[in-house]
Amino acid sequence: MLWACVLLPQLALDGVMRRRTDPDEPLVLLSGSAQRRILQAINPAARALGLRPGQSLTAAQALARNFASVEYDPAEAERMHRLLAAWAYRFSSQVSLKYPRVLLMEIESSLGLFGPWPVFEARLRAELTALGFSHRIVVAPNPVAARMLANVHDGLAVTCADSLQQALENMPIERIGLSREVATAFLHMGLRQLRQVLALPRATLARRFPAQVLQHLDTLLGRRPVALDCYLPPDFFDVRIELNFDVESHQALLFPLKRLISDLAAFLAGRDSGVQRFVLYLEHVQGPDTVMPVGLLSAEREVAMLFELARGRLEQIQVPSPVRAVRLLARDLPTFVPAHRELFDERPQQALPWEQLRERLRARLGDDSVNGLRAHADHRPECAWQAASDSKPGALLLDSPRPGWLLAEPLSVHESSTRILAGPERIESGWWDGGDVRRDYYLIETRTGQRGWAYRTVGEDGGLLLQGWFA
Amino acid sequence: MMAAVALSGPVSLDALLDERRVWKGRSTARPVGLQPTGHDALDAALPAGGWPAAALTEILLAANGSAELRLLWPTLARLADSGERIVLIAPPYLPYPQAWQAAGVDLRCLSIVQASERDALWAAEQCLRSGSCGAVVCWPQRVDDRALRRLQVAAETGQTLAFACRSLQAAANPSPAALRVAIDLRPLQLRVLKCRGGLAPPAPIPFSAQG
Repeated sequence: MLWACVLLPQLALDGVMRRRTDPDEPLVLLSGSAQRRILQAINPAARALGLRPGQSLTAAQALARNFASVEYDPAEAERMHRLLAAWAYRFSSQVSLKYPRVLLMEIESSLGLFGPWPVFEARLRAELTALGFSHRIVVAPNPVAARMLANVHDGLAVTCADSLQQALENMPIERIGLSREVATAFLHMGLRQLRQVLALPRATLARRFPAQVLQHLDTLLGRRPVALDCYLPPDFFDVRIELNFDVESHQALLFPLKRLISDLAAFLAGRDSGVQRFVLYLEHVQGPDTVMPVGLLSAEREVAMLFELARGRLEQIQVPSPVRAVRLLARDLPTFVPAHRELFDERPQQALPWEQLRERLRARLGDDSVNGLRAHADHRPECAWQAASDSKPGALLLDSPRPGWLLAEPLSVHESSTRILAGPERIESGWWDGGDVRRDYYLIETRTGQRGWAYRTVGEDGGLLLQGWFA
Repeated sequence: MMAAVALSGPVSLDALLDERRVWKGRSTARPVGLQPTGHDALDAALPAGGWPAAALTEILLAANGSAELRLLWPTLARLADSGERIVLIAPPYLPYPQAWQAAGVDLRCLSIVQASERDALWAAEQCLRSGSCGAVVCWPQRVDDRALRRLQVAAETGQTLAFACRSLQAAANPSPAALRVAIDLRPLQLRVLKCRGGLAPPAPIPFSAQG
């Protein structure tokens, strides 16, 4: 087995940074007690101002004024960690969150699908960069070695036990995950690299140090198996982004929305499922949340399409007060079936599949705006059609010719301006469902030459009512 | 060369033609259109031998319900048979399924988009541009030259047949459509006002009343 260790050195900072529209704005994460605020993490722009991690907030404010500060939230970092695990789950069935800020994934069994490791690694890096996380990636035959090598290396790929031993022997003794006292003891003994420690007789080490030291060295070299808890993705997606300011226009909501949707897409790709229905909650300072459901006719997971649909709905919505937070909840995650495509398509390359086009139209024009048509076996014209979204063929009543166009409401016509060409044809139906009709239908021609289909209710002396056009 | 032929004695005309050394002035076979209209007289009069493919066709009517479906049904039926999608954008009336089925249009391939006047143009452009539809029929009411040009460009981009049914009053206005056909009811005939790639036939084309 080969294990890839993805180390995320700035998980919390990246998690905050990716929600902000301006990456060049100096930003610090604060932690510590209320009396002594400490800079937990800083971004490059803040470093350029002279700020350093570990400084107190007072010292930082003495150095520079115009930097933004966000409270460090361990729970939020944990959520990011789990989101990335969901992302990694797409590439490997064994993903472990054993170490903080680290994803461990078994990759040897995935190489057949994702190509040789350099290609696979480039893909992982590209996707992590797109998600907005800085990272270091190292591969080793066992998970503990991969984790420890990532302390020093980036991009190292060790695939066999011999080269693993060599790579580990050059590691500084204080970077291989030994406890601080043990590492200090080794350093005081003049042992700076792992090679020197391994050269010592094993019995001596066992006598002078606790048993965990030898155990750790053995797992590191792969002589002792290690058991890991594997990550299991949850059955729903629920992520919330808090905005640091009041948002009153939908334009400003588009950036957090895009982040939410790309996170959702990464999650869906990991689970190999699609989303058919999700809900966006726009939270306000006062009053209940604005709920914006987005429904699709079939399961989809492509970022651009989901974003465009959500955007189409968002643009229509009117909110009563400024928005403070956005939350995306998706519970209905059916399996994703990719659309069937012909290998030799006659259509041009940029063709948009009908399903996507239909969703785009529905998003802007309303859920009921795109319909099919189905014949219904009924002689009454107003009952002879049904709006249908499926593709079931309808029953057909074949009798005398029917007009191609049907008026939604019958119109009265002056008999002086028309000429009756044929008729009457009696349609009498519907006594069983309350929509009883008894009508005599005529084919008429207007003075301009249009042919219409008009009726007169039997037993009434009213004029002709036009119900259709033979177009 | 002709002298050489004459010297060698009598030559049959067929053999001479088979040698391909004599150029015949007029070919008798008309090009078969990619998108036949289904009306032979109209196909014969149009330079493409049918609807201009991947372009906008304008159908000018005195009023909605003046034989425009009889003109379109054969094309729509043919496209639906080959599995292409047909989209009606904001039709003025409801299509009567029995009549459309009797005309041979497979209703499973028919989609109707309900939209307001402004959104209808947007929807038509989206459908044309997407390239996933076989034919898009729309009823633009108050459109200018620029809106029609957008439809024309979208039809070219998506390689889709576009039909715009408009009022006969618009006949005098210039239009970017590749083909403009007016339908007269008395007598029932078609007048081609403009066709790209050839001169518009001067005489009206008789249009059979069977629909």
